[in-house]
Amino acid sequence: MNNFPTKPKKLSQSPWSLFWRYLLRNRMAMTGGIILILFYGLALCASFAAPYGANDQNRTQYYCPPTRPHFIDSEGSFHLRPFVYNKVLEDRKWTLYKDDTSKMYPIKFFAKGEPYKIMGLIPFDRHLFGLESEEGRIYILGTDQFGRDVFSRLLFGARISLSIGLAGILISFTFGMLAGGISGYFGGKIDTVIMRFTELIMSIPALYLILSIRAAFPDTMDSARMYLIIVVILAFIGWAGMSRIIRGMVLSIKENDYVTAARALGLGHMRIIIRHILPNTLSFVIVAATISIPGYILGEVALSFLGVGIMEPAASWGNMLKQAQSVRVLTSFPWILSPGYVIFMTVLAFNFLGDGLRDALDPRKILSSK
Amino acid sequence: MIPLLIGITFFSFMIISMAPGDFLTVMSQNPQITAETIATMRAKFGLDQPWYIQYFKWLWNVIHLDFGYSFANQVPVFTLIGQRMLNTFILALSAALFAWVISIPLGIISAVRQNSIVDRTASFVAFIGLSIPQVFFALIMVYFAAKTGWFPIGGMKSIDFEYMSTGGQIVDLIHHLILPTIVLGSISMAGRMRQMRGNLLDTLLQDYVQTARAKGLSEQVVIYKHALRNAINPLITLFGFTLANLLSGAFLVEVVMSWPGLGRLTLDALFTRDLYLVMGSLIMASVMLILGNLTADILLALSDPRIKYE
Amino acid sequence: MQEKLMGDHLLEIKNLSTYFHLETGAAKAVEDVSFHIDTGETLGLVGESGCGKSVTSLSIMRLVQSPPGKIENGSILFNGRNLLDIPEPEMRKVRGNDIAMIFQEPMTSLNPVFTIGSQIIEAVTLHQNVGKGEARNRTVEMLRLVGISDPDQRVDEYPHQLSGGMRQRAMIAMALSCNPVLLIADEPTTALDVTIQAQIMELLDKLKDELNMSILLITHDLGVVAESADRMEVMYAGRIVEEGSTQDIFANPGHPYTKGLIKSVPRLDTQLDRLSVIEGTVPDPADLPPGCPFNPRCPLADDRCREDIPALESIDVDEKNHIARCFYSERVRTL
Repeated sequence: MNNFPTKPKKLSQSPWSLFWRYLLRNRMAMTGGIILILFYGLALCASFAAPYGANDQNRTQYYCPPTRPHFIDSEGSFHLRPFVYNKVLEDRKWTLYKDDTSKMYPIKFFAKGEPYKIMGLIPFDRHLFGLESEEGRIYILGTDQFGRDVFSRLLFGARISLSIGLAGILISFTFGMLAGGISGYFGGKIDTVIMRFTELIMSIPALYLILSIRAAFPDTMDSARMYLIIVVILAFIGWAGMSRIIRGMVLSIKENDYVTAARALGLGHMRIIIRHILPNTLSFVIVAATISIPGYILGEVALSFLGVGIMEPAASWGNMLKQAQSVRVLTSFPWILSPGYVIFMTVLAFNFLGDGLRDALDPRKILSSK
Repeated sequence: MIPLLIGITFFSFMIISMAPGDFLTVMSQNPQITAETIATMRAKFGLDQPWYIQYFKWLWNVIHLDFGYSFANQVPVFTLIGQRMLNTFILALSAALFAWVISIPLGIISAVRQNSIVDRTASFVAFIGLSIPQVFFALIMVYFAAKTGWFPIGGMKSIDFEYMSTGGQIVDLIHHLILPTIVLGSISMAGRMRQMRGNLLDTLLQDYVQTARAKGLSEQVVIYKHALRNAINPLITLFGFTLANLLSGAFLVEVVMSWPGLGRLTLDALFTRDLYLVMGSLIMASVMLILGNLTADILLALSDPRIKYE
Repeated sequence: MQEKLMGDHLLEIKNLSTYFHLETGAAKAVEDVSFHIDTGETLGLVGESGCGKSVTSLSIMRLVQSPPGKIENGSILFNGRNLLDIPEPEMRKVRGNDIAMIFQEPMTSLNPVFTIGSQIIEAVTLHQNVGKGEARNRTVEMLRLVGISDPDQRVDEYPHQLSGGMRQRAMIAMALSCNPVLLIADEPTTALDVTIQAQIMELLDKLKDELNMSILLITHDLGVVAESADRMEVMYAGRIVEEGSTQDIFANPGHPYTKGLIKSVPRLDTQLDRLSVIEGTVPDPADLPPGCPFNPRCPLADDRCREDIPALESIDVDEKNHIARCFYSERVRTL
């Protein structure tokens, strides 16, 4: 009876798989994602990936330019394994260096170096790459004022700068969602109070407020406390905006029938808010989070740059950039600006990813991709 | 708005007062000043009283337009802030105009020639502009200025400013304005461009655009009269908002590029715990933000006939 | 105004095909459609959403979004010219002037930031050589003609200040402001309340007579067609499946789809246990079944229907102009 030709098997149409397929096809978003995974991964194993410690000073090689790997030596012969020459200070006044071509230091991978502890427990002494030499030094991105390897410091600084972003977002979004949920759900006085408070916070320009709150704390604290304070301050600024938006979403979500059904079942208010209403804001929150994290990272950078954030000798991208404020340093030793590039790439990656996520979660796209 | 301002001042005062020590603590570290002098000054400035009493005294004075004295500079807060605020305003206005003059036409072209090379390049540039950290961009510009010598590396005036003719002074000001403007305005420019493009693309899908075409109007008129007039509406309201944002966002640019504005002043005041100066700055910054939002609301009511102006 | 040879149709469409080229393939929105409209008549174009009637009307006006749409084939003869051949500036002179169009949603079809007066004046000054003052007078007259009270005041009001019915009247005023000979009305009453619907249709009928105009009435509402159309075309999946005078078609439908449509209109004078429906849904124009496109839903379908597409043939010797695209037209009366 029915002799229609069989149709080709269609791919799964569940929102989840549609979302993934759309995201994976987006090359920019994928690039962003890979860069972020790379950065966070390197930050995680900074002790391994960095050839030197964050605070290993070398007083004879300060403001040293990056050492280039060579394949061909001064006599013209080719070596398969790249090597570097050591830098020697030639001109003290202008701080110029010269390659010392008398000794070649081959670059070794998985090289032996300064010992450290993985996760603070397991002792290990191998590094991603190194020279395994007492006096030879490889500075991929040069050194700073104290002769510290910029590349190594960058990796250790990543731990602080990148994690502050995540920590800040976690706290502020949790509070923002709760506050917005409560505000939108209950309405009335609670709503007014919370919204007035957020309006207050949002009426003071962010950086001014951050600095003022920061001034309420002692100028110098130990690194752990400083880190915590910075995260708390940034989160305090951030939750206000999120809560207002969540509140708006909750106002419309709570009109849905399934909410009434939940109430009819006798579920408590908080349970309804947390388990039934807030999850519907998830797609928006994920996108907002991805796009907001750079703001927190930049917040830390600003604070440390101005000298009120992470302090020396701890490394953070912000306080590393501080050295670039001197015009003389900036123009003579431009590799000092490396943290800036890395921050830029991080923000770019987050924005690419966030954009891609937003497109993939766009309900219009989901409907039209038949 | 007034309750909001009072709330802000209250909140700010409370926070500042929580700061350990005050201006005099900083001064007391100066061995040349005796403890007695400090004590006398403390009583004179009323710093020995609980913070809420200080607050009401301060608020009372503010209502009479007396913003108090800057401890560090020994001049009234009002005079100090006034000049700096003007500088910040000049920078912010310049950045806002820069952002707008570039973003609107660029956004329109991108939308009209969707997916062309112009569109793709503009979108790419916009993306970069949105993502580049201000601090980094400012440092790059300083580097650029130092290496090429085409622009001053900071500041607002040249050393011999006073000796220039009025015309020369204006040129000098503009010369100093260029790089900070680009740094400050780039984020806004990028955002507005993308928005203009998105709005126009959405508007072109609207029914009334088809009606306009069905009337026999040329594509030119359809786009630039019917569609654009609707698409640009949200952006007009944003102008006030943009300006407000830039006023406070100028902080970092001012610091890195040595622009003598409110941001720099506030930073120094915070370091020296110059209480009244900080309060003055905070108030000014907040007022500017609020005014910006208010302007945005007014512009919206004026430009969109659907909204009744209260 | 325009010259017309006697005996010729006002508008004649021959073998019109409009496809939309999507990533997944070509959607054949309009396939080999031919019909004509004569002076002073109302032709109804009927079908469910997605059958291609709107695309047909947009094709006449050459307003199809291109890309992805494209008029592949056919000719549209109007006033001795093939509208598909003339250059764009020429076509613009036809739009709003000789052929005008009104749309379904009066709320969104008028530009919210301009007054209705200025929008109508725009059309008048575009096509007719008159000054601003004269244009405004004509506009006010048009508004009066379509039944808007206090036209001198309304002319300076914004669309959002008018009710739905008045907005549609304003749209009609705008469309008719340059005395077109053909008005294409795409679902003019669908978005309106029932009582307003009746008023608008009455208005259109009246204006048609007064201005000696023809109307191409596009709708899915059979009631509206029965009331106002002289002849009608039934479309399904991009093709004409039946054509004839309204009376003939309602009395004696020659296509199972038409019969299904007529049967599904609830009547107050008969007792029914259940509403009659046509099983299934309209096919995806990018994925049409082989053979007659209606066959999956047709109670009369057999193997022949699944292989070949029937041609349009006269269903009755007496009703020469009544044609249908079905192999089994004579069996339709049994449904």
